[in-house]
Formats: sequence, structure tokens, C-alpha cells
Amino acid sequence: MKTEALIRALALDAGRPVVSIGRLVATALLIGAAASLLLFMLLLQPRPDIAAAFYSAGFCLKVAASACLALTAGTLLGVVARPMSRGRSLGVLTLAPSLLAVGVAVELLALPGDTWHARLIGHNAPHCLALIPLLSAAPAVCLFVALRRAAPARPGLAGVIVGLVAGGIGAFLYALTCPDDSPLFVAAWYSFAIIIVTGACFIAGRRWLRW
Amino acid sequence: MEQSLEGDCAAYNRLLVLLTSALRRAVRARALTVGLDAEDVVQEVLLALHLKRNTWIRGTPVAPWVAAIARNKLVDAHRRRGRRLEISIDSVGDTLRSDAGDFDDRSHDLERGLAGLTDRQRQVLRAVSLEGWTAREAALRLDMTEVAVRVTLHRGLKSLAALFRKDQHED
Repeated sequence: MKTEALIRALALDAGRPVVSIGRLVATALLIGAAASLLLFMLLLQPRPDIAAAFYSAGFCLKVAASACLALTAGTLLGVVARPMSRGRSLGVLTLAPSLLAVGVAVELLALPGDTWHARLIGHNAPHCLALIPLLSAAPAVCLFVALRRAAPARPGLAGVIVGLVAGGIGAFLYALTCPDDSPLFVAAWYSFAIIIVTGACFIAGRRWLRW
Repeated sequence: MEQSLEGDCAAYNRLLVLLTSALRRAVRARALTVGLDAEDVVQEVLLALHLKRNTWIRGTPVAPWVAAIARNKLVDAHRRRGRRLEISIDSVGDTLRSDAGDFDDRSHDLERGLAGLTDRQRQVLRAVSLEGWTAREAALRLDMTEVAVRVTLHRGLKSLAALFRKDQHED
């Protein structure tokens, strides 16, 4: 087929309205987060002492670190959705882990060594590993649907960013119900759960975000 | 490009013609050295930038965006050949602005891609491309509504792009 003929076909098809990828991603994020919130309200509910918990540094830290992860990774969605690769901007991702690292350091300094183990294991580790991925599922799926219409320079990387955003949202919601406030617990189990989500999204990205 | 996104088909057509000659110059040198059909790659890039035009950021230069898509598609085409090629965006951008001569403007991949479409999609695509009919003319002659022609065309183009990709993964 001649290229000129193809161009005629493309030009005719250009009459269709174009929704910018930024808007698609924002909509997906909104729907995904709302679905997870709904799931959370139906299934889990915030912990009973939530009002008091806001006075605990550990609780505030885990909520802040999760929100921070979702927000920083969220700002990168528009970058990884496009064909131009820009590796440098990934630096903002270090923000949430740094925040958590400070929390861990303070905890280790403030508390005697024989309490570390109990705080690390916590009360509900299997719960955490199951519920964070569950609460991440809706945002991840919605973002994948949106990014299928994008043109990511690196599909695997785009998947990883989706995983971090979705994992951040899942962790944020789970943090509201989770009774373990120690930064040690958060660093071990939340991170592990988010890594599971991100790994799955990486594989999914390589598979479904090619264009 | 701005006008094209507003649905100005004539402006879009002019833009694609301009981009095509630039793309040919950029792609030809690279494609020939590795034994690829340059026009196949150009058409694949055109199809990709059309379907992914929602990733262009309004108000930014079009050239780097097109260069990035071209680079991606060149690498894909090259992978299909079983080898890997790293091409920097800068070098594609440079050749986008440089000069070169003439070539064969037919492509074979797309011809093969057409075979993978449904009959209806193939008819519509042929009508608006080879015959150069408008959507209304195609609708009249193919006994469809104009909307159906447009929808079928869009699906056909998407399947074409998908067929290119599938090719690549099964290799």
C-alpha cells in the first residue's frame, strides 16, 4: 500500500475527538481510588481508635509515607506514559523510602533492642500482605486500562510506576485499619506487599503496555 | 498539530505529508544499513503517531515527540529482525532535519497487514485510502452509515497496528 493512501485514511480518522493521556490517567486514578475506598469501607473500616491514633507518630508516619509514595509516583505517570524517555525524573521516588528510613532510625535509637523483634513481626503481617495488594488492585487495573492508550517509552517502567501508585494507595488505606504502628513493621511488611504489587505490574506492563 | 487535534482533517493531512518526507530521510539511512524496508517503518511510525497522538503535549515542539516514536518503532522493527539496535533520540532528531533523495514509496508489511483484517475493515480502508473516497462516499457505495464507516476505519487502523505488534512478539 502506498504511504499517501495510508495518510488519506489516517486524516479521515482524525475527525474523532482526542482525549489527552493526562486526562485519561487522571480519570483512571480517580475511579480506581474511589473503588478501593469503597472496598475498604465495605470490608475493613478504619480501626476503632483512629482519632487517638493521629496523635501517635508511628501512625502518622505510615500514613504519610504511603500517601507520599502514591503522590510522588503519581507525578511520574504522565512522564512514563509518553514515548520520550526521561530517566532523570525518577529521583522523587526516593522521598517516601527516605521518610520511612528516618522513622526506622528514630525507632531503633529510641527503643531497646529486645523489643525490636516483637515490633517487626507485629500482629497482622499476613493480613497486611494480603490486603495491600487487594486494595491496590482497582487503581492498578484502571491505570492499565488508561495506559493501554498511551505510548510508554519503556513499558516495564510504566508498569512499575503504576505498581507504586497503586501500592501507595493500597498501603494508605490499609494503614487506616492496621494496628501495627512501628516503622519497623511498616518498613518490612508494607514494603514487601508493595514490592509484590509492583513486581506484578512490571510483568503486566511489559506484556500489555507495548504499542 | 494543534489544529489536527481539534479535528481539522486537512491540516492533519498536510502535517502528515510533511512529517512523512522528514521521516523517510531519517529512517532510510538507518533502515538500509540493517536491511529493513524503510517505507514499512515509515508507515508503521505514521500509524503509531496517529493512534498515539493523545500523548503529544499541546504547545510543545512536535519534532522530538515524532522522533521518539520513530526511534521506538525502528527498534521494534529491528527486533523483529532478531537483532537489537540502540538509537539515540538526538540522532533521529538530527536526520529529521537533514536532506536526502528519492525511494520507493510502497510498502509490503501493510499489504500483509490488510490481509489480517475483517472483510468490512479491509473494504472501508481500501475505499478511503486507495480510492480516496470521503466517509460519505464510502458509506454510500458500501451501503453503510457514515458513522459505521468511521468506526470501522478506526477499528481497522487499530487492528493494523496490533498486527504489526503481534508479528514482532511471535518472532
